[in-house]
Amino acid sequence: MGLAVRYAGLAALAAFAIFPLLWLLSIALRATGSVFGFPPQLVPWPVSAAHFVTVWQTMPLPRFFANTVLLCGAAVALNVVLCAMAAYPLARIEFPGRKLVAALLLSTLMLPGHVGMIVNFVTLLRLGLVDTYAGVLLPGAVSVFGIFLLRQAFLTVPAELEDAARIDGASEWGIWWRVMLPVIAPALAALALFEFVAVWNSFLWPLIVLKTPEKYPLAVGLLYLSGLFAHNTRAVAAGAVLMTIPIVVVFLFTQRYFLRGLTVGAVR
Amino acid sequence: MGAEARPARPAVRAAARVGRRGLTRRERRAAAVAYAFLTPALVLLGVFTFYPVLFGTALALFDYDVISPPRFVGLAHFRAMAEDRYFWIALGNSVKFLLVVPVLQGLSIALAVTVNKPVRGIRWFRAAYYLPVVTSMVAVGLMWRWLLEQDGVVNWLLLSIGALARPVAWLGDPDLALYAVMFVTLWKGLGFYMVIYLVGLQAISPEVEEAAVVDGATRWQVFRRVTLPLLRPSILLASTISAMAALKVFEEVYVMTGGGPMFRTYTMFYYIFDRGFQQLDMGYAAALAVVLAGAILALSAVNFRIFREGGWTYH
Repeated sequence: MGLAVRYAGLAALAAFAIFPLLWLLSIALRATGSVFGFPPQLVPWPVSAAHFVTVWQTMPLPRFFANTVLLCGAAVALNVVLCAMAAYPLARIEFPGRKLVAALLLSTLMLPGHVGMIVNFVTLLRLGLVDTYAGVLLPGAVSVFGIFLLRQAFLTVPAELEDAARIDGASEWGIWWRVMLPVIAPALAALALFEFVAVWNSFLWPLIVLKTPEKYPLAVGLLYLSGLFAHNTRAVAAGAVLMTIPIVVVFLFTQRYFLRGLTVGAVR
Repeated sequence: MGAEARPARPAVRAAARVGRRGLTRRERRAAAVAYAFLTPALVLLGVFTFYPVLFGTALALFDYDVISPPRFVGLAHFRAMAEDRYFWIALGNSVKFLLVVPVLQGLSIALAVTVNKPVRGIRWFRAAYYLPVVTSMVAVGLMWRWLLEQDGVVNWLLLSIGALARPVAWLGDPDLALYAVMFVTLWKGLGFYMVIYLVGLQAISPEVEEAAVVDGATRWQVFRRVTLPLLRPSILLASTISAMAALKVFEEVYVMTGGGPMFRTYTMFYYIFDRGFQQLDMGYAAALAVVLAGAILALSAVNFRIFREGGWTYH
C-alpha cells in the first residue's frame, strides 16, 4: 500500500476522532449566528472571545475551576501517598497474611464497581459527610489499580539500594521515603496523571454527594449550567472548551504514559 | 498475578524458616511494619469497598428511605421486580447495549493493527485517536447532543453524501436514540481499547508472522490464523472491561437523553440512580444493584469461558 494512501487513511481516522472537539471550539469562538442549520458554519468567522468572557463573568465558572483544582489536587495526593504506602510491603516485605491481603485486593478488581454507591451514600449520611469534599474524596482515596501499579514498580527496585540504606541505619519509613519513592517516581507520575484525569472528568459521584451548587466541580457545574443556560449554546460550549483545554494540554505533554497501556501490566 | 513471584529479602525469609510455629521476633517486626504501611489503605477499602459488598446485599432485603429506620421485607423487592415495568425496560436496554461490545472490539483491533506499523508521525496519530478517551463525558455528551440535532452537522454530512433522504432526530427518535448513544460510547472508547490491543500486538514476536508469510500465507490469513489467536489474552481483557462498562452504562445517557425518549434509553444503572438517589428508595435500589452485579459477574464468567477454552479455536 502506498505511503500516501496510508497517511490519507490515518488522517481520515484522526478527523473522525477530533472533529467533534474542533467543532465545539468553532461554535464557542464564533460571535454570532445559529449553531444549527444547513450548511453548518464550520470555520468560526468572525472570531470572537465574547462567549468565553460571558461564561467566565456571568456564570460561576471561576468558582467551579477552583473547586476542581482543589478536588483533583487532594485526590492525587491521597492516592499517590496511600497507594505507595500499601504497595510497599506487598512488594518488599514478607509478612504473615501477605498473600491473603493481595488476594483480597485483587478480588475488588473483579467486583463490579459503582454498585457500592448506594451503601457508600448511606455511610456518608451516617458520618455527616454528605455535601462535603471529604465525602467526594474518601471512597476513591485508594485505588486498587494504583496499589498494583506501584507494587510492580517497587518490585523492580534493586535490593542493593535497600541493603545499603539499612546498613546506614535508615528506618523503614526512611527507606520507603528516601530510597524507594525516588526510584519509582515514573510510576508515581503515571498514577498521578491517571487519577488527575479521572477526577477532573468525574461527575456522577460529586453530583450525588454535593448538594450546594457553589461546591460543584467543573464537570457537574457545566452540566448544571447547560440546564440553566440552555438557550445560550455558544456560552455553554465555551465553558466545555475551558473545561477540556487543561486535560488536552496535560495529555499532549504526557501522552506516552497513557499510550503505553498501564491497564494490562497492572492486572496481569 | 503473583504476590509470591519475587523472593523476599533473604534475611527476612531465613527468619520465616526458623519460626514455623509462632512468630519469631523478626517476623513480628516485619508484620508490624507491613501493617503500619497497609492500615490507611485497608481501613478505607474496608469501609468504602468491602463493607458495601456485604451490606449492599443485606440492604436489598430492607425498605429504607434514609429518614425512617430500615424495615425488613425479605425478598419482596425481588418479587416486585418481576412485576416492575421499568425494571424490564431498563434491563432490556442494558442488555441491548452489549451490542456495542463486538463492534467496538472489532474496530479497536483494526485500529490497533493500523497504527502498529511504524511510520513517521504515528505517535501523533495515536495521540489523536486517544484524545476522546481523556475528554470529559460532560463535554463529549454536550457536543454530540448538538452534533446529532435534527439540523445538526451529522445530518448535514449524511444528507450531502446522499446517505439520508431527510434529516433525522437521532436522540429524539425512540427507535434510534439508544443506537445514537451507543455510537457515542464507541467514539469515546476506541482509543482506550486501541491501546490495550497495541500492547498485545507488540508482545507478538515478528518472526511468527514472518514465518507464516514465508509459508505463503496471505496478509489476511496471517491476521486470521496467527495474529488474532495470539491476541486472545488482550481480547479477553478488553471485551470483559467493555461488557462490564456496557451493562452499567450511565454517563452518556445522563448527559445526552436523560433516559428518554419514552424510556428508550433508560438503563439499569439509570434506574438504580433514579430509585436510590432521586426517590430515596435505597432498599429497592440496592436490590436492583444486586441484580446488576449478578448479571455483570455472570457475563464476565461467560466471557472467560469463551476465550479461555477454545470457543475460538483455529486448528
